[in-house]
This record gives sequence, structure tokens and C-alpha cells, in this order.
Amino acid sequence: MDGTAIESLLHGFVVLLTLKNILLMMLGIILGIFVGVLPGLGGPNGVALLLPLTFTMDPTGAIVLLSCIYWGALFGGAITSILFNIPGEAWSVATTFDGYPMAQQGRAGEALTAAFTASFFGALAAVLLITFLAPLVARFALRFGPPEFFAVYFLTFCSFVGMGKEARHKILISMLIGFLLAAVGMDTVGGSLRMTFGFSDLLRGFDFLVAVIGLFGLSEILLTMEEKLAFEGKQAKLDVKVVWRTWKSLPRYWATLLRSAVAGCWLGITPGGAIAASFMGYGLAKRFSRDPDSFGTGRIEGVLAPETAAHAAGTSALLPMLALGIPGSGTAAVLLGGLMIWGLQPGPLLFVEHADFVWGLIASMYLGNIAGLILVLATVPLFAAILRVPFPTIASSVIVLCAIGAYAVHGAVFDIWLMVVFGIIGYVFKKLDYPLAPLALALVLGDRAEDAFRQTMIASRGSLGVFWSNSLVGSITTLALLLLFWPVLSDIVKRLRKPRGGLPTEAASS
Amino acid sequence: MNREKDAVVSRRTIELIVAGTLAIVGIGLAISNWKLGASWAADGPQPGYFPFMLSVMLTLASLYGIFDALRERHGARGDAAFVERAQLVRVLQVLVPTVLFCLGTEFLGIYVAGFLLITGFMRWIGTSRWITAIAVALVLMASLFWCFEIQFQVPMPKGPIEDRLGY
Repeated sequence: MDGTAIESLLHGFVVLLTLKNILLMMLGIILGIFVGVLPGLGGPNGVALLLPLTFTMDPTGAIVLLSCIYWGALFGGAITSILFNIPGEAWSVATTFDGYPMAQQGRAGEALTAAFTASFFGALAAVLLITFLAPLVARFALRFGPPEFFAVYFLTFCSFVGMGKEARHKILISMLIGFLLAAVGMDTVGGSLRMTFGFSDLLRGFDFLVAVIGLFGLSEILLTMEEKLAFEGKQAKLDVKVVWRTWKSLPRYWATLLRSAVAGCWLGITPGGAIAASFMGYGLAKRFSRDPDSFGTGRIEGVLAPETAAHAAGTSALLPMLALGIPGSGTAAVLLGGLMIWGLQPGPLLFVEHADFVWGLIASMYLGNIAGLILVLATVPLFAAILRVPFPTIASSVIVLCAIGAYAVHGAVFDIWLMVVFGIIGYVFKKLDYPLAPLALALVLGDRAEDAFRQTMIASRGSLGVFWSNSLVGSITTLALLLLFWPVLSDIVKRLRKPRGGLPTEAASS
Repeated sequence: MNREKDAVVSRRTIELIVAGTLAIVGIGLAISNWKLGASWAADGPQPGYFPFMLSVMLTLASLYGIFDALRERHGARGDAAFVERAQLVRVLQVLVPTVLFCLGTEFLGIYVAGFLLITGFMRWIGTSRWITAIAVALVLMASLFWCFEIQFQVPMPKGPIEDRLGY
């Protein structure tokens, strides 16, 4: 259909295939698996921690390294889920349901092979989608002015509030905190100081990397300590025969794989994220199964479905980031921050001005996932051994890494303290079911959303009618409002359908 | 009976403290932004307009949070423990050394403070032997030093010891 995409992709492979980039890719994947296996380190803060190391690298090498950490983390989460019944990542929680029973029955090798292959399949589906859809979306988005951009930001925020699984007011509070933190410091339009209360350290504002490291990294260590995890794992043996036998059985589950891949891609592009996707994939597989009750006892579909969906979502979350400059997940938000630090403005112009970079990145998604599959199959025993290291050793090392990461962003010791404060906030918020992703998202996008809004207002002389001034911006704004009020609307529809249904059903919002 | 399992504080109490604090913060920020100018000028919103609206929304959402936490239907869940005694002890076992480590970073630099944190943590919180703890901490901090200071030239906070060594 679109020959230019394939041509650009081939060019991307040429950009990518240097010895240095290949080595960076392998390094990234190994580090990523490491990050995914360790509790307390995850995709977003793993990438955030290593971001400072890339400041002196060229953008292509840097993004290859960082995105490969992300793929590695997606693979790594499955190892702990299956062997130790401990999800290394939130998106691999659903994998424990059937993965661990399989390991208990001595089928760990089969479960691991299935999980990695499913991850690979999910990622491949998402990368294909990115290859062909992202340039189209970007070309379309070139027509966007400030009002359209604000409308798209608005749509992202509204879909978080409207579609989130947590209590609405908690999503809203989390997002508002993110916005307010983003607004601290110098006002980007007028230059006046906001909410600094005379502290010179606050002039810079709050950096979202520092917040991410605290909220996702340190808080996870606190939670893990509280739970007092005991690692009692199953042995990991992966021989070629098991891998081969599992691969031969996989085509039978094509429907499960396909369903999960589609669900994952959808949830990745709309900011539902990999976590929601993995549960949805599992739920779908169970619902469509002829024998739903056997799920949870060690069925291979129970491993395939969530892994495919999580990886598809994690990968496709990069589509809106590349094409529109809007991250679809926490990790995508951190990568977006990286782009800005390297002086690349994410958004539709990226495809025009930095085509080498974009296609190099997309090519690295293909190669990175192939390399990831091979590397992860080869190194499972090694990484399983890491989990036998006592937790205090891991915890203290991770704390030091978090501090180094926080300091490196601006070279300020103040940021280390800030990271600790964010860690405590993250711990309390997680325990009270406040979602953290909206906070990170609002912190990254807050300034840009406000700029877009105020530029629009300056152009339109303060008239809000501009958001319905043409069919494009009008339909995005309307869609955003629909999503925002979706819970209310669906309630009304439900009540109209059964007028004498007694008590209104309490939605799963609590 | 089992004091280890005693709830230090209930979930509802923490919900109320968090929502209450956020409501007060919201009001404070709203006032600060109102002073900055939060009205709608001829060319669109003034600098304080957005943060003002956000603060007001934060206050309202937090007030709803207080109302929600007090509602009946959260009864059993609200009474549940936010954190049990033994759990709190374990959390503090990480948090207090972390704060000391940050303090240490201010005076000794991150490498020495990190070395002390890892050694102490492995020895006292974990059950490693001194020799293992020191070896692990030394190798880890040395490789981080090599990685950041020498390989990637990203300077970290350093103290008197690195000074002596000429870095």
C-alpha cells in the first residue's frame, strides 16, 4: 500500500547496522532483562536511571540503548512471574496465574518459551502497526496547529480519567498533582515565577525524571520490603528440545495470540498501557475458551495471552509518542523526555526533520525484539540466579542507583532529597490505590498542554469557540469530552435500559 | 494477641490525612496563584490562571476524597490496616538508612555514602558477613565510579576522599 514506509525502513536498517549500535542493542537488552527481573526496578525507572548516561551519546545510539532496555524489561518480567510467582513488573501479574502452576508441574521451560515467544509475537504485531501507521498519523498531524494539539492532549487526559480502573477522584487528584508540579517554576509563556515560595531550588521546577525515579523506583523498594518477599523459585532449565516442542504447539493457539495482539495494540495506542492490556488479554482468552474453569491451573494460553497483549501494548505505546509527541505509557513518557534532552522535538515534524533517527528507532524495534528473544532464552538460568541474591543487597544497591539517577539529571543534591520525598508519596499512593501513571503523564505534558492552550487563546483572542472552529479540532474536542463523561453516560444508558432494575449497580470504581 | 499483626493506623485514617493535606495544599496554591493574577485578560489567561483552576479542582477532588473515605460502603476496607507494626518496622529499616545516605551524600559524596549504605544494609538488615558486604559494596561503587566519572564523564557529588585521590 505504502511503498515509502518499506523504503524508509530499509534505510533505517542501514542506519542501525553498525557494530556500535548492535553492541548497544545487546547491552540494552541485557540491562533491560536485569531491570525487569529485579523487583523495585521497572521499565520507566530503569530507562530513567540510564538516561543520564546517554547525554553524551548521539541520539540514535541513545534511543537504541534505551528502547532495548524497555524490550528487555518486558521480557524479563515474565521470568520472575513464572519461576518465582513474583511479578517483576506490574504487567506480568496476569502471567503468574497460569505460569507459576506450570512451573510447579515441572513445565517451567514450556511456560518460559511460551511467554517469550508470545511477547515477541505481540511486539512484532505492534511494530508492524507502527511501521505503516505512524508515518500516516504523523503526516496527518502536520496539519495540526496549537488548538489541535491542545485538543489531542485534552483527549489523552480525558481518556485516562474516563477509562481508568481506579476511583475517578483518585485519578483526577493524581493528574492534578502532576499538572501543578509541572507548573512550578518559570512560566514558559510570560516568564513570571509561579509557586516557588521563595525557594531558589524550585526555580527549575520539578523534573519528571526525578519524580519517576522516586515514585516508581524507591516506592517499589519500600513496598517490597514491607511485603517481606521470600524468593523460593523453581529451577529454570531450558533445553533446545523443550523450546522446539513448545514452538511446534504454538500455531494451535493462533486465535488467542491474534486476539491478545489486537487488544494490546489498541490499549497501547490509547493510553491504557501494558498493565491493563495483560489483564484484558488474559480475560479474553478465558472468555473465549471452551474450558474457562481450567484457567489458573497451568494452561499455556494463560501465559500466551497476557504476555502477547502486554508486549503489544508496551510497544505500540511508542506510536503516539513518535507521531504526536504524546506518550502512551510511563516508559514512553520517559523516552519522550529523553528525546527532548537530546534536542529532538517529538511530534509529527520528527518524521520530516529527523527521518534517520525515527526509522533507525523503528528498525531497532524489529532487531531488538529478535535479539531479545534469543538472548532471553539463552540467559534465563543466569537471571534466575540473580533472584537468589538476598534482597537487602539488591535493595541497597537500587537505592544508590536511584540517587545517582536523580542527581545526574541536573547535578543537584536537592533532587536526591526530592526523589526520597517522591518515593514516600509513591508508597502511600500505591497503598491507597492512587494511580501513578497519570501523575507522570501530566508532569511531562503539563507545560506543553498549557503552552498550546495559551497560544491558541492568544490567536483566538480568548474565545473558547476555537476548539470547535473546524471539523478536525471540533471532533477531537467532542470525543475528549465524551470519554471524560463516559462513566456518567454509560450509567445513564444502563439505567434507561432497565428502568426498574432496583439499585444502580456499583461500578468497579472503588 | 499477635502484636506483630497490630495495625499501626487504619486505611481510612491515612485516606483522610492524604485527602485533607491535599485539600489544604490546594487552597494554599490557589491563594498563591490568585495573587499572581488568575483572571482572563484580553489575550487569554494570565500566568496564574491555569494553576489557580488546577488548585481549585484539587481542593474539590480532595474534599470528595474525604467524603468518599467516610462513606459506609468502604466500612470494612476502611478499618483494615494501612500498615501493620512489623511491616512499618521493615519499611523504616529502608527509609531511615536512605535518609542517612542522603545526608552522607551531602558531606562525603555519593560514592562513599553509597559504600557505607550497602555495607551496613547487607550486614545489619541482611545477614551477610562483613567481608562479603564490604567486597560487594566496594566492587559496585568502584564500577559505578568508573562508569560515571571516567567512561561517561557525568560528575557525581564527591567528598574529601575523592579530593585526596585527585578527582
